[in-house]
Amino acid sequence: MYRYDEFDQTLINERAIQFRRQIARRLAGDIDEDQFKPLRLMNGLYLQLHAYMLRINVPYGCLSANQLRRLAHIARRYDKGFGHFTTRQNIQFNWISLTDAADIMVELAEVQMNTIQSSGNCVRNITADHYAGRARDEIEDPRVWCELLRQYSVLHPEFSYLPRKFKLALTGSPHDRAAVAVHDIGLRLHHDIRGRPGFEVIVGGGQGRTPVIGNTIRQWIEPRHVISYVEAILRIYNLYGRRDNIFKARIKILVNAIGADKFRKLVDTEWEQIRDTDLQVSTAEFERINAHFLPPDYENLTDQDDELATIRTQEPAFDAWMCSNVAGHKVPGYAIVNISLKAPGRIPGDISANKMEHVAELADQFSFGELRVNHRQNLTFVDVRQVDLHCLWKQLVALELATANIGLASDIITCPGLDYCSLANARSIPIAQDLGLHFTNSGKLQQVGNLTINISGCVNACGHHHVGNIGILGVNKRGKEYFQLTLGGSADEHASLGIRLGRGLPRAEVPGAIERIVDTYLATRLDSETFLSTYERIGIEPFRKAVYDPVNPSRRVA
Amino acid sequence: MLLTKKHQNTVDSYIRIGPDDSLPAEGALLVTLAVWQDHWERLVRRQELIGVQLTSDEHPEIISDDIDHLDLIALEFPTFRDGRAYSYARLIRERYGFTGELRAVGDVLLEQLHYMERVGFNSFEINSSDPETDFEIASNDFTVWYQASGDQRRIATMLRLGEKDRG
Ligand code: HEM
Ligand code: SF4
Repeated sequence: MYRYDEFDQTLINERAIQFRRQIARRLAGDIDEDQFKPLRLMNGLYLQLHAYMLRINVPYGCLSANQLRRLAHIARRYDKGFGHFTTRQNIQFNWISLTDAADIMVELAEVQMNTIQSSGNCVRNITADHYAGRARDEIEDPRVWCELLRQYSVLHPEFSYLPRKFKLALTGSPHDRAAVAVHDIGLRLHHDIRGRPGFEVIVGGGQGRTPVIGNTIRQWIEPRHVISYVEAILRIYNLYGRRDNIFKARIKILVNAIGADKFRKLVDTEWEQIRDTDLQVSTAEFERINAHFLPPDYENLTDQDDELATIRTQEPAFDAWMCSNVAGHKVPGYAIVNISLKAPGRIPGDISANKMEHVAELADQFSFGELRVNHRQNLTFVDVRQVDLHCLWKQLVALELATANIGLASDIITCPGLDYCSLANARSIPIAQDLGLHFTNSGKLQQVGNLTINISGCVNACGHHHVGNIGILGVNKRGKEYFQLTLGGSADEHASLGIRLGRGLPRAEVPGAIERIVDTYLATRLDSETFLSTYERIGIEPFRKAVYDPVNPSRRVA
Repeated sequence: MLLTKKHQNTVDSYIRIGPDDSLPAEGALLVTLAVWQDHWERLVRRQELIGVQLTSDEHPEIISDDIDHLDLIALEFPTFRDGRAYSYARLIRERYGFTGELRAVGDVLLEQLHYMERVGFNSFEINSSDPETDFEIASNDFTVWYQASGDQRRIATMLRLGEKDRG
């Protein structure tokens, strides 16, 4: 992974000093809360229901074991012993006090981490495929470009007061694990017909109260021009994005208002003026950064399918874990291992300081001391020797971190909701807990197969409900919590937005309703059809009927 | 309102002229875009200092052909959250080639000075009791920058590779 050099380190140190002064100015009353707010937000510090929440960047999801140890220390010393991994591959602490924030910045800077622009109307942490550089289907590793874009966007003097926040996501695989189509800019590395790598540029996707699948405004652009192209987009957005209404300020609204064609023309005209400037990525700089992403010292190994098959037949629990949590690797004899932070009944994405430390140990032992945070709020070891899989699994079992549910119905994305968030309408965490337990107890998890359930506590959609195969949205009706279901969303290369099923349901009815949806799928699916394919074939009506007009009302869950 | 130029407090010598004001015969003038356009022929012939102030809705492209006539361009920040003038400033400096005084006016806060300097502003109306000190603090926060942005600072990429290898 990328390691700071003296320049990166100096900048982060200086930022920590600057923030300490800004906090002091606030505490001394030199600036008021209104003036302080954008400063603390650009350092990831939110004022929440009960305390300050601090959001720490994990750049494109890459984390070292030592950084994770430091996060554990921060959790213990400054929070209540927990951290929360988010859908933007970041980690949040929910119980931070303002007077500690400056010290935390220093603690982070010491391990080459920061909170810069993890909030605010600026370019946010850049996210990427958590299998980047390791996935079997990958065409090109996007991480060098992520790092170049990260540096480009940090403290950008022109783009730190954009109309609204700005999120970039990158992938280099045909199978999109980074949800690039629902970002302000999505960049997909692929090859043109002559086999040259380049970026497809997707603009104006987003979730929130106006969900939009982004438009491709360029099929292929040479990678060395990607920064100038992003700058052209940012400039057009900064100049013409709406500033009169916070709900209409995202770039998607601008793209929709003027149309993708006109938007592309504006961007291209601007780009022509800047493409051949210093923004072009030089070979020397590319090589310098690329050196950080060279493959680790892999051993010369062979795939262990037969050996693993024997253990798998003996140990069904290991087999289930292999099926859902382990993915293929580019290099023979290695595997990608996902660690689920979705044990039934637990808060999705939460992990204790103790467990962070254990996971860091395991990363050192089994995966070259590095790990990834993935956007479904789980962790990933990307370089595990297949011969070690069983041993690693046993250790994860002992830590209660071996839940075999990656991609399955209990691998639920949830936003913090009313338990923490001041904007929330409803509690999303308990719904996730209910459902996780429900599916685990019903024993249908493996049978149902791949199914994404995403929950947001309000229309802001931090829990990605629009792109969940089943989306759950908390709403407030006359002071009471209700949950609206959507079906058919997807965040992959065939991204789609879910469609509303019907009137909102009280919390107690949600698990039963989900169960009837899943049963309808099981009863109608053909062969190995996924939930999404069945939905696309039969449409929403059968599901609607199952939930609101069940044949057998006695199955209604109270 | 105090004006800080080259990190020193100075007195503003410009007289502000809005649409309802008559044009004085003498003195440095800072006019609105409407005045500039309405009295263009008279204003470009004046020998004294002349400047135009643009609101954040007025794209400086409108005056890009007049750059050589202008001594001062002032850009408004109606609120510190409105970041359009950062882009305008870069265009004015880097694309239209303006080398005169580029002034930030309006909601100009200490914490934004550094970014403003980087995009090409060189004078500031700061709302502060001690702008000189404030300025010293704010513009010395950082010694490393990642983006080339027209203020000719040597950024990290250049320092890493050595100037000679640029390209
Ligand atoms: C608890 C404090 C939080 C607050 C106040 C908050 C606020 C918001 C708001 C207002 C939006 C809507 C933005 C718009 O549509 O323009 C939003 C979107 C979003 N937030 Fe949060 N959020 C919080 C926590 C989180 C967490 C914990 C995550 C990750 C799990 C997250 C990830 C996202 C994502 C992915 C979106 C939608 C994508 C998009 O920007 O279009 N947020 N958030
Ligand atoms: S979706 Fe709403 S409730 Fe959930 S974290 Fe975002 S703003 Fe808060």
